[in-house]
Amino acid sequence: MSKKEKSIMKLAVAFALTFGMVSSAYAMHIMEGYLPAGYCIAWGAISVPFLTAGFFSIQKKLRDNRRSITVLAMSGAFVFVLSSLKIPSVTGSCSHMTGTGLGAILFGPSAVSILGIIVLIFQAVLLAHGGLTTLGANTFSMAIAGPFVSFGIYRLCKALKVNRMASVFLAATLGDLFTYCVTSFQLALAYPSEIGGVGASAVKFLGVFAPTQLPLAVIEGILTTVIVMTLESYALPELKAIGFAKEVK
Amino acid sequence: MSRSKKQIIAVLLGLVVLIAVIPLFAVKGAEFGGSDDAGSQMITKIRGTEYEPWFTPVMETALGGELPGEVESLLFCLQTGIGVGVIAFFMGRLVERKKWQDKQS
Repeated sequence: MSKKEKSIMKLAVAFALTFGMVSSAYAMHIMEGYLPAGYCIAWGAISVPFLTAGFFSIQKKLRDNRRSITVLAMSGAFVFVLSSLKIPSVTGSCSHMTGTGLGAILFGPSAVSILGIIVLIFQAVLLAHGGLTTLGANTFSMAIAGPFVSFGIYRLCKALKVNRMASVFLAATLGDLFTYCVTSFQLALAYPSEIGGVGASAVKFLGVFAPTQLPLAVIEGILTTVIVMTLESYALPELKAIGFAKEVK
Repeated sequence: MSRSKKQIIAVLLGLVVLIAVIPLFAVKGAEFGGSDDAGSQMITKIRGTEYEPWFTPVMETALGGELPGEVESLLFCLQTGIGVGVIAFFMGRLVERKKWQDKQS
């Protein structure tokens, strides 16, 4: 990171701390207008440093290797596809996947935040799915928290020498699930139960999202594994360029 | 791509279709509404009163009502289409490149 980038980064973090702390501290996408304004601003502010870091990370990756743009575009497109497919689940309601696991594994979690927010804006503006006021909260859950978990799990599996395809699967599945856990928590913070407070409320929201999301998370895990397998066969030079395929023998 | 790898991918994709389709038959008569909506119903339950969203989606304000269901599915398809298009385009290039490289060596 250059000096200028560092100072912008510092500004972003300061911004997040100032605004993030002001509110007393409130699923997949939280619907438009469903979060009180204070929480909207707080989540938005918290997301800013991640997005800034993501922007620089993408910029650096592209500067280092122009060709990695192919795989980056494909990761972004993967998020587009997966988050547009509403799939029926065992609970009798539909939900959709996040698709952010792939990018997190390939490019690191902060880069995905940029890919995620593009999709979220598309859906919020055109589809009234999610929302502009809840964009910050949704960005945090889908484009930041989920990818960070995916990335962490992938790294952990690598350290533990788990089979690579199994780690990709685990990373994508758990990242998807975690996105919904964060959403539940965000809603619970905003709407604590009268009895039991935030905790009881979080359990209730999780009860809505988790069983629905579980099979979908498995699907996301499988699809991510499939695409990584395919990329390994055909895009080995690019994967090596972004530092993913060092361990590919 | 090796033959065994292709078989694994085929099996995995079959599995995906199964996971997605089985609930449709297993939970007959279910509404299959969005879980986002289920979330807002839960908000109503926890608060005890109906929650009035304080902001309406820009599209709904512009249209003066909800986006028609058919148009919504059109836009969702558009999103899928853009994604699939990008993936397929680059994948096609990569596959051809591999073929060409294999021929060279």
